[in-house]
Amino acid sequence: MSARAAWRLASLGFKQVYRYRGGKADWLAYGLPVEGAEAGDPRAGDLARLDVPTCRLSDSIDQIQARLEGSGWDTCVVVNDEQVVLGLIRAEALDENSWRTAEEIMEPAPRTYRLSKSLDEVARYLDQQGTDSVLVTNPEGKLFGLLMRNDLEQARAELEKKRSSRQ
Amino acid sequence: MAEKVYEIDRDQVRSLMAKGAQLVEVLSSKAYNAIHLAGAKNIPLAGLNRETAAQLRRNQRVIVYCADDL
Repeated sequence: MSARAAWRLASLGFKQVYRYRGGKADWLAYGLPVEGAEAGDPRAGDLARLDVPTCRLSDSIDQIQARLEGSGWDTCVVVNDEQVVLGLIRAEALDENSWRTAEEIMEPAPRTYRLSKSLDEVARYLDQQGTDSVLVTNPEGKLFGLLMRNDLEQARAELEKKRSSRQ
Repeated sequence: MAEKVYEIDRDQVRSLMAKGAQLVEVLSSKAYNAIHLAGAKNIPLAGLNRETAAQLRRNQRVIVYCADDL
């Protein structure tokens, strides 16, 4: 859409026309300044928990279990050295074959959402998938955190009150 | 002179805005009113014509954007 608008302006005689390829999604994903009725509303990145445990492809089940033990987490995110998300491991996938690696037992290419996604959109996904959490990444695919359903529902309830008071 | 449009990224947007570039969101007024880049004007694509473009300064840079999978 912005390409057509840019060329329309050029056709109207504007000589210095630029098109921002990434658009609003890119701008929001980097937390840059915005305005508007929903500018202050929380988004996926605002609610994601940042302390979710991580591991590497070559880590063993033993190592992952040790990382999860006592952490309060039942999920471990498989990332590379650049923190790009490669997979997800839930506690139930940790079996007795302690020699197996994260690469062998992980759920590959898990669904991720950008920091800028609205809470309503993420909630729809969680409902459709019947899952209680989803990964949040930046536009380069690097791990930002894990968004939990409980946190999401609480924030949505508060947001609904805020929206009602706007009307 | 042939018409030309320059493709730019986020950092270039910020740099040009600091130099006085005009920023235009071409989505609907509903989308604009909900949330838009700070300092942007709204001229929806469907309503972009000679009259609505008159609010823009011709001698200054114009940056347009839409949503791109928000």
